[in-house]
Amino acid sequence: MNDLLITNGRVIDPASGCDEVADVTVARGFIRAIGKARGKAKRTIDASGMIVCPGLIDLHVHCREPGHEEEETIATAAAAAVVGGFTTICAMPNTHPPQDNETAILYVLQRMARASKARVLPVGCITKGRQGEELAEMALMLDAGAVAFSDDGEGVAGSSIMQRALQYTRMIGVSIMQHCQDPGLFAGVMNSGPVAVRLGLGGIAASGEQIMLRRDLELVQRTGARYHVMHVSTAGSVELIRQAKAAGLPITAEATPHHLLLTDAACMQFDPNYKVNPPLRSFDDVQALRRGVIDGTIDCLATDHAPHAKEEKEIEFALAPFGIVSLDCALGLYAKAMVHSGLLDWPDLIARLTVNPAAVINRPLGTLRQNAPADITIIDPGKRWTVNVDAFASKARNCPYNRWRLKGRAVATIVGGEVKFQR
Amino acid sequence: MAKKASSSTRKTKPPPAESGAFLWTRKDLVGLDELSAEEIVHILDTAETFKEVSTRSIKKVPALRGKVVALMFFEDSTRTRMSFELAASRLSADVLLFTSRGSSVTKGETTIDTVRNVEAMGVDIFVIRHGQSGAPHMLARKVAASIINAGDGQHEHPTQALLDVFTIRQRLGRLAGLKIAVVGDIAHSRVARSNIIGLRKLGAEVVVVGPPTLVPSAIRAMGCEISHSLDDILPQVDVINMLRVQFERFSSNLFPSVREYSRLYGMNADRLASCRKDVLIMHPGPINRGMELTSEVADGPNSCILQQVTNGLAVRMAVLYLVSRGRT
Amino acid sequence: MRRKLTAEQVQVALDRLYRAIEKQLPSDCRVAVIGIRTRGETLADRLVKRLRRVHPQLDIAHGVLDITFYRDDLSRLRGAPLVRATEIDFDIDDTWVLLVDDVLATGRSVRAALGALHDFGRPKVIRLAVLIDRGGRELPIAADFVGQKLSAAPGTRIQVKFRENDGQEGVFLNKKNETPAR
Repeated sequence: MNDLLITNGRVIDPASGCDEVADVTVARGFIRAIGKARGKAKRTIDASGMIVCPGLIDLHVHCREPGHEEEETIATAAAAAVVGGFTTICAMPNTHPPQDNETAILYVLQRMARASKARVLPVGCITKGRQGEELAEMALMLDAGAVAFSDDGEGVAGSSIMQRALQYTRMIGVSIMQHCQDPGLFAGVMNSGPVAVRLGLGGIAASGEQIMLRRDLELVQRTGARYHVMHVSTAGSVELIRQAKAAGLPITAEATPHHLLLTDAACMQFDPNYKVNPPLRSFDDVQALRRGVIDGTIDCLATDHAPHAKEEKEIEFALAPFGIVSLDCALGLYAKAMVHSGLLDWPDLIARLTVNPAAVINRPLGTLRQNAPADITIIDPGKRWTVNVDAFASKARNCPYNRWRLKGRAVATIVGGEVKFQR
Repeated sequence: MAKKASSSTRKTKPPPAESGAFLWTRKDLVGLDELSAEEIVHILDTAETFKEVSTRSIKKVPALRGKVVALMFFEDSTRTRMSFELAASRLSADVLLFTSRGSSVTKGETTIDTVRNVEAMGVDIFVIRHGQSGAPHMLARKVAASIINAGDGQHEHPTQALLDVFTIRQRLGRLAGLKIAVVGDIAHSRVARSNIIGLRKLGAEVVVVGPPTLVPSAIRAMGCEISHSLDDILPQVDVINMLRVQFERFSSNLFPSVREYSRLYGMNADRLASCRKDVLIMHPGPINRGMELTSEVADGPNSCILQQVTNGLAVRMAVLYLVSRGRT
Repeated sequence: MRRKLTAEQVQVALDRLYRAIEKQLPSDCRVAVIGIRTRGETLADRLVKRLRRVHPQLDIAHGVLDITFYRDDLSRLRGAPLVRATEIDFDIDDTWVLLVDDVLATGRSVRAALGALHDFGRPKVIRLAVLIDRGGRELPIAADFVGQKLSAAPGTRIQVKFRENDGQEGVFLNKKNETPAR
């Protein structure tokens, strides 16, 4: 007997090009069949009028554990993930201590297993202690279960160490995820431009992102290593990535909900909930980013979910930490930015949340093909709802979308054949 | 001070009718950005009223009797603090003074906690000087008492700009159509920002002058012109507001040397000669003599630097009075 | 709003007031006429003009008092209309001061004006002149010179209108006691 039957939904699987009303049959944690269901199942979900798609993958989540469990834990992040429709999240290594060794990677996997919600796949550090000086033991971390490498929070500043890191990851066949920001040009708290000048706040120039990206593209060309651009925020970066892809470089890139929806004008009231790194940029940047998502220059969407304690964000703008949380509500935000605005259809949006990010982390996830792990998200695309940060499964409330009216959200999230969340 | 015993002749216009007059309703003054031109003029007109109080033999009115004004200076400032303190005293308020040196701030208490603690003592008006842009705005959202911004980071210094505008209006009789140069470190100056905002709202033209490292090009979005040459603009302007040079900027490589800065952007007798005869020279103080201004300019007939200080008192009395009335 | 006095009747009251003041003018010290804003100011203007015309030899100073800051109900009022300057640019020490207001009712305005004058110095004498005394005192204050007595029921308001301020001349009775003029 099958374990789970999802009937009559619009099955969208960009990996196989499937988009049809069908039933999905799950057994022993794997996809057994798509099509007319045969036989009985222990549990049946009627998905009429719903979208049934591969479980969503978020490449960029800060779980804060170990070190800042008062802000978030692996368990609360995993819980927020399944509420938001994500079956897999990648845990960034800027924890305390950083995830720069095998043991730290195994710790994340152990906490994930105990939480038993979404898959939490660890990203390891590129350099020891994220100091940008010595390479971390990337091959050992890969062996322990790391899916990619990043010093996120900062870019790798030294050109020589970055080159070696790329040579090394080329050998072991994984992606480097870079937070592009030249440290010498990082002297502010928001986007540099008219708003920052008016508010008397220090600016973070777009050129700081683009300078590191340009250098890295040169190194990628020389090494042939796989390279992923995290949270692209400027029009200039989009164009650089577009050209690099056209030249055949092995590049992938992600954009966040906030960079697709908000501009630096949101900082006018000095509300630290709009303080994020990279900063909210100009309207032109938002437009360029959306175009990049449409034409596939930006092939992934990721939240950069960055939790902070309430008191940390209730202070002066310049003193507050960077970060926005959005795991709980990201799907509705993506739909608002890309689908309801008429820029993308659901299958294209889902591709950027499933098969594309799965490729970045080398995992056989993000598809409903037969025998793939049964990670499935059921979406009600027409559901209108209001964001309420106080109801988040995440511990954090540093979210600027409170009381936003959104359309479309996950109604069930299935990880490895088990229903981890259902509305 | 006029204490003449004579049959004085009054120079007043007939009193206006009371109905339809503008009514001030704000409880806070966090910046000029939020104010309408009408509100700014209301403050200036009210300040005219308060100028008279300082000429009385008893320089006090009971407008804020029984109210508590807390001066919260999270950043050092002697003259702004003294000006506010005297202004509050002349309105008969009780004044509390907080300076961050040696206080709980150094023990890691947040700004909001510090202010909430003082508010619990029964404060009606907070005057806030803070090193962080936006700190008064944050406080205005979170405390019930009135908030007056006495300078926040590099953002705004509304009472300084109001006293500048007041002084210009007093000396030149108007603001609309005037052209005013603001010279110096525009990038890091709250005085510059509030001046640009206030002057633009009242119909004056503003040109900001300084080297590109101190004058961000995006400041154009605030409606002002940019010039890198002081000599070029001198003949065109009615007022020159020289900002104070912060020496710490020099160490961060924003200009090569004090000497070079002074040569390019300092006001001296030769430069004054190329200005209009009645040009007004202003400076928010304290002056670095010989750097922004030579003494002959600072103390000369075109200077209104001390008048600015005197007017600051009236403007701050007006602001204290108005926000105390603006509570709903 | 009902008319209580016509323009002609206002003129009669004014004449009466003027003559009463004239009779008591001191000859041995300086005289200052100080009007309380806004209608008291107008009334003082008229009185001063006439006094100076008739008695050119007299040294008559003329000032205006804005009592906003001295009002005992200041904290009960909402919002801040424009407060106009007090204009007393002469020394009031040892002066015979004539305080002028349009209507005397509760006496609170006069109390505030006395407080304000006190901040300017120490006059020899302060006398009070009002165009209308409508009764209803809440403080032990009386006028020295009155143009016209009127009786008005509590809760009503007597309003003087002058050509200079209002474009018409007369005294009116308001049924509802609106917020007093500031």
